[in-house]
Formats: sequence, C-alpha cells, structure tokens
Amino acid sequence: MKKIEAIIKPFKLDEVKDALNGIGIKGMTMSEVKGYGRQKGHTEIYRGAEYVVDFIPKIKLEIIVEDEQVDQVIDTIVKMARTGKIGDGKIFVLPVERVIRVRTGETGSEAV
Amino acid sequence: MINGADTAFILAAAGLVLLMTPGLALFYAGMVRSKNVLGTIMQSFVLISLVSLEWVYVGYTMSFGPDISGIIGDLSWAGLRGVTNAPSAIYATTIPQSVFMIYQCMFAVITPALIAGAFAERVRFPAFVMFSLLWALLVYNPVCHWIWGSGGWLAKLGVLDFAGGLVVHATCGAAALAAVLVIGPRKGHGQTNFMPHNLPMTMLGTGLLWFGWFGFNGGSALAANEVAATAFVATHLAGMSGMAMWTLMEWIKLGKPTTLGAASGAIAGLATITPAAGFVGPNGAIVIGFIAGVVCYIAVNLKSRFKFDDSLDVVGIHGVGGVTGTILLAVFASKAVNPAGVDGLLAGSSAQLWPQMLGVGVVCLYAFVVSWIILKVTDKIMGLRISEEAEHQGLDYTEHSETAYN
Repeated sequence: MKKIEAIIKPFKLDEVKDALNGIGIKGMTMSEVKGYGRQKGHTEIYRGAEYVVDFIPKIKLEIIVEDEQVDQVIDTIVKMARTGKIGDGKIFVLPVERVIRVRTGETGSEAV
Repeated sequence: MINGADTAFILAAAGLVLLMTPGLALFYAGMVRSKNVLGTIMQSFVLISLVSLEWVYVGYTMSFGPDISGIIGDLSWAGLRGVTNAPSAIYATTIPQSVFMIYQCMFAVITPALIAGAFAERVRFPAFVMFSLLWALLVYNPVCHWIWGSGGWLAKLGVLDFAGGLVVHATCGAAALAAVLVIGPRKGHGQTNFMPHNLPMTMLGTGLLWFGWFGFNGGSALAANEVAATAFVATHLAGMSGMAMWTLMEWIKLGKPTTLGAASGAIAGLATITPAAGFVGPNGAIVIGFIAGVVCYIAVNLKSRFKFDDSLDVVGIHGVGGVTGTILLAVFASKAVNPAGVDGLLAGSSAQLWPQMLGVGVVCLYAFVVSWIILKVTDKIMGLRISEEAEHQGLDYTEHSETAYN
C-alpha cells in the first residue's frame, strides 16, 4: 500500500477530486498549505510598496491506495492538475506500513 | 440666543466625530497582523474614556478657558465650572456651551488616537496611556488654545485652521515622527513583511471615518449655516478626488489599483481638506484632493528610503496632509465662498501665505519637540517597548490576555 501526496494549485482541486472519484478512489484528505519551489513567491502591493510573499497557497492531497492503483492515480492527478505553467505542484509516493479503521479495528486493504 | 437648528446640528456632529475614533480603530486594526488587532483597537478605543475625562477636568479649560498671554487657558473652568447650557459669549454663541464643549471633546479624543498608528504593534499599554495623557495635556491643549482659543497667539497672527489641519493632523503627524524616531522599528522591519491581516476591516473603518468627517468639518462651522454647507461639500469632494488620484498613481506605477490605496487616498484627501474645508469652493476642494493624493502617496513611499517604521503612515498621510492643506488654504480660499474667511492666491492675495507657513512651522516644531520629550520621559519611567518575546507573541495576548480570532 502507498500514500500519494500531491501538492497542486488550489483552483484545480475540484477537477482532480472528481477525476479521482471517477477512477474509484473513495476517500482522500485535503489540507490548505503554503509553500514555494521554482515558482518562488508572488508580489503583493500595499500602499504603493511591493511585498514579496514567499509562501504561496497550495492544496495538499493525501490518498492511500493499493500498489497497483498508484500509476493510474498519478496519471489522473497529473492530467487534471497540469496547466503547463510553473507552479503546478509535485507528487510524492510513500510506503504505508499499516492501516487501521478506527470504528471497526479492521486492518490492511479492508481498512482503506 | 440659542438657535435650535444650530444646537441640533452640532449635537449630531459631535456624535459623528465620536464615531471616528472606533472607525479609526478598525481602520488601523485591519492593517496590523492578526496577533495585534485588539491591542491596536484598544489604543484608539480607550482614549474615548481617558481623554474625555481629561477634557472635562482640565482639557477644556486649558484649551478654551480665559486666556493667559495667548499661551494657554487658565484653570477657572476646571471640572466644567461655569460651563452650562447657556451659550458662551465668545465661542459658538448660538448653542449651549455644553454642546460646544462636548463637540470639541471628540476632537481631543481622536487626535492622540491617530498617533498610535505610528508605533503600532510594539508599545506597552501602560506606557501608551501615560504618553497619550501627557500628550493631550502638553501638546493638544496648548496648540488648540493658540489656534482656536480666544486670545490664542497664532490666531491673533492670522493663522487659519478650519477644522484641525494644524490642531489635529499636523500635531499628530509631528508626534508620530518623534515616536518613530524614539521607539524605533518593529523587530524584523525591513526583512519581514508586515502585511495587513484584514483589509475589509480597514475599508469599514474608512467608511466610518469618512461619514464622521462630515461632522468633523461640517460641524466646525459651529452653526447650521452656509459655511457648514461649504465645508460639508468640500470634505466629500476632497475625499473622493484623493481616492481617485492615489488609486490612479498606483495603477500607473505598479500596474494594479488596490483597495488599501483607495482607502489611503480618501483619508489623505479628507485630512488635507480639513484646515481649508470652510474656506474653499467645490473646485478648489477637488484640486486639493488631487494634490493630496499625489503628495501623500509620495510621502508614504519616501519612508522606506529613511528606514522609518511609521507603521500605519501617520506622518505620510495625516502630517503631510494636514500641512499641505494648511498651506493650500492660502491658495484656494475665497471670500466669495466664505465672506468671513480670506482671499487666497487664486483670488489675488498672497497675504494669507505667511501666517499659514508660520502656523505650520510653529505647530510642527512644538509638537515634535514636546512629543519627543514626553516619549523619552515615559520611556525612562516605565519603558515604552514591549519585550522581544512579547512582540513576537503579539499585543492581544501580552497586553490584554485576549485573542481576536478563535
């Protein structure tokens, strides 16, 4: 089992979520995060002065999937979240050791 | 003789001017970081109580009481002794003196509140209280007497200030400059961005200030008459042209018109028209507003060159606006608009320029020096600045044990 962490542009969230639902992904966790990479920050103007804001808002999605689903999920996120402009985000894939459903105590794939 | 219309108008105007202090609190609070919202609001709000008390017991008599050699009012009206519902023989003779007293009280309240924007986010509350009280006593009351008090020496030399370009805006601007120099910048100034945490709050404050300003300037006619109408119209027109000009400058220079720019331009226009409001016609007011938009925009942008942390631009907007308007009075004033006023440059007379420049020089120098001394003394006695750790935590928690947003 793997955890897929995807950092995407906030306005792409709905499209990505709907597409993932479409390929059978039944749950995910979303956080509003701030960060920067090659896109760097952006500039805001207050009373005529320009302020560089390093951390810009992004959405982080966390999705737990079976190993064989990983590529399909990655392809879907890339397809839906891509604008072609700098700052489209990143995807990380991490191993997951154990999964437990709190309500029933089920473990492994049953619990996802 | 008491006139009912005048009395009703000035009572309403007093209410409007009072509203400016909570309005200012919101205007400022939106521009600070979220950890300093309540501390910033409190630095305006508490003065309603503090300065009103000071005004009743000594402020009113120091400002408007029987004159001592043009310098200050004596203490014979302390605690409002003899200040009754009978009209004064000297001031606003058609309304109860109590109404004149409470109307002027609102001006005394908001003036030190304006200064607080210069040292936002870094001053201890007890020190703020002591500074504001001493400042009301030693700067506001004397300057108010010099210009508006019967027998005041600047008034005798012909200095004109319709509604507080000198008494309110220049004094608080000069004090703000002294405060910036004595107190020093916020921790991280120049490296960290101190961005406004809630601009809609600042917009709401701007609206309340603008609304209140009709009482501030319109009411300064001290009667419901033609001069009040002139001042009311001039106030609105200068506010709107200030807003237009500042917004346009930003749009051209930086590519985007901003809401904070629109608000700042409006306040700059309103502050700048204040000394001239009852003396200039609508066209003059519009040009004064445009000039305010340019001059204050440049002034605000100069501060980074001096590395001054005038956090909320009290010097650049109120100080520079008040001074600019006081001088422009001598350009745009016209007896055709207000027969009791003067003719300015455009009406063919340069005579008013000298008294206006003298007024600016004297008031700014006096306010700067005395504010500097008060700040140094306050610092010696109790320490002006919050600790570095407290500055990191924010005024809301360290000074008031509260949090604005939960």
